[in-house]
Amino acid sequence: MSVRSKVVLVGVTLLVALQLIGGGCGKQPARLTTIKLATTTSTENSGLLDALLPVFREKHSIEVQVIAVGTGKAIKHGENGDVDVILVHARSAEDKFVADGYGANRRDVMHNDFVILGPAEDPAGVRGMKDAAAALTRLADSKVSFVSRGDDSGTHKKEHSLWHGAGIEPSGSWYLSAGQGMGACLTMANEKRAYVLSDRGTYLAYGEKINLEVLVEGDPRLFNPYGVIAVNPDKHPHVKYEDAMTFINWLTSPEAQNMIAGYQRGGEQLFYPDAVEK
Amino acid sequence: MGESILIGGFWRALILIFTGDVRVYEAAFVSLWISCTATAIASALGLPLGFAVAVRRFRGRGFVITLLNTLLALPTVIVGLFVYTFIRRGTLFGPLDLLFSPGAMIVGQVILALPIAAALGQTAISSLDPAARETALTLGASPGRVILTTAWEARYGLLAAVAAAGGRLIGEVGVSMMLGGNIAHHTRNLTTAIALETSKGEFAVAMALGIILLVLALGLNFLLRRLQGRGEEPA
Repeated sequence: MSVRSKVVLVGVTLLVALQLIGGGCGKQPARLTTIKLATTTSTENSGLLDALLPVFREKHSIEVQVIAVGTGKAIKHGENGDVDVILVHARSAEDKFVADGYGANRRDVMHNDFVILGPAEDPAGVRGMKDAAAALTRLADSKVSFVSRGDDSGTHKKEHSLWHGAGIEPSGSWYLSAGQGMGACLTMANEKRAYVLSDRGTYLAYGEKINLEVLVEGDPRLFNPYGVIAVNPDKHPHVKYEDAMTFINWLTSPEAQNMIAGYQRGGEQLFYPDAVEK
Repeated sequence: MGESILIGGFWRALILIFTGDVRVYEAAFVSLWISCTATAIASALGLPLGFAVAVRRFRGRGFVITLLNTLLALPTVIVGLFVYTFIRRGTLFGPLDLLFSPGAMIVGQVILALPIAAALGQTAISSLDPAARETALTLGASPGRVILTTAWEARYGLLAAVAAAGGRLIGEVGVSMMLGGNIAHHTRNLTTAIALETSKGEFAVAMALGIILLVLALGLNFLLRRLQGRGEEPA
């Protein structure tokens, strides 16, 4: 190959490369980056994130990879720096996460509420009770089967605080500690005609798949707020803090909050936005 | 109820396959490429190890064989936990950014399959008549030549070892869940998708995914049998 043809070849190669880079930049304003989000099974199982994340990705060129576990484990992943941001529901554990320096910038995102579900025939007779702790006391007294998450999730933490409020340490063959996600526990309670504490979102998302009814609701203690927290880059310098903050700012923006308010399953709203005043 | 899930799952599987459902094909693709990669690596490391254990005589050989056979029963969650403690942030391999990635799943699956390839490979080589190998050596064949000939003689057993390793990997869920994190479009394979759909109460979809998994495993084994079958034809 002559020197001249070599020069031409190099020139053409450079031109093609520049074209590719230029063309790429023209089409995509920023390269697609990814962040990891540890969250609860309820946000994923309800389908909410599937509705939100593609819109965020389109807008900010950030792909959010979702690891759906219980709140306790999600917070642990945050503490270990396994993920960049967490979306969880256990307010006191969240505050501790921030106070211990693992989390930066906690923001309220949305809420729904917990409900006590049970079989329609309601053998313990708790239907319509407004005091959740009193209802649990009655369940314990009548020794009807109760399925507990038993997995240190946000729902499990809530259940634990309710038992604590009732002054009961639940144990015995009627108390079934499943160690599984919300959906699996609903299925188990459905099969065993047992009672179970659930977030309303997952219950509604399950719809006709289970024959459990809402028996106790409306106690202020059953309020279920979700918070989003970026993992503190001071503790874990490798985390993608800025991308995580972009996600948090978007999740709490009017656009995302309106999408949350409009998200329905079976004609019912699952989550109520908290970050933007109506 | 049980029958309706099975039949419903079968129809659902057919619909999902023929409508080109993206989630199903993604999960199947993740299952295939991760498990095939891990099987290839585990075989490349494990079969020579099994070979060495079979033909060499050294102190503690019996112990190594017992160890390999014990590791056949290695629980997937133990492997997941073990690998997690080494690849999470702030640990030895933390800077590789492996956790919750396909790479982490491959590492875990290689550890899971290595004892299978080694133990079954060792059995395959050991079952050969050692006289042939010794004769070849005394006749002056090079060691490399002897190794190739021995491996060729034991090819059915070695392929069976690879098939067993691959079968274990494509069906395992513990390692994939703990190290991959079941991230949609990324580390969600057929088994973790089945676990997820089951927990969501979507039994028919889960059953459909299970049927697809079985069909894939069946296809891979047919492929291996064909390879074996060619070998069986008289030269």
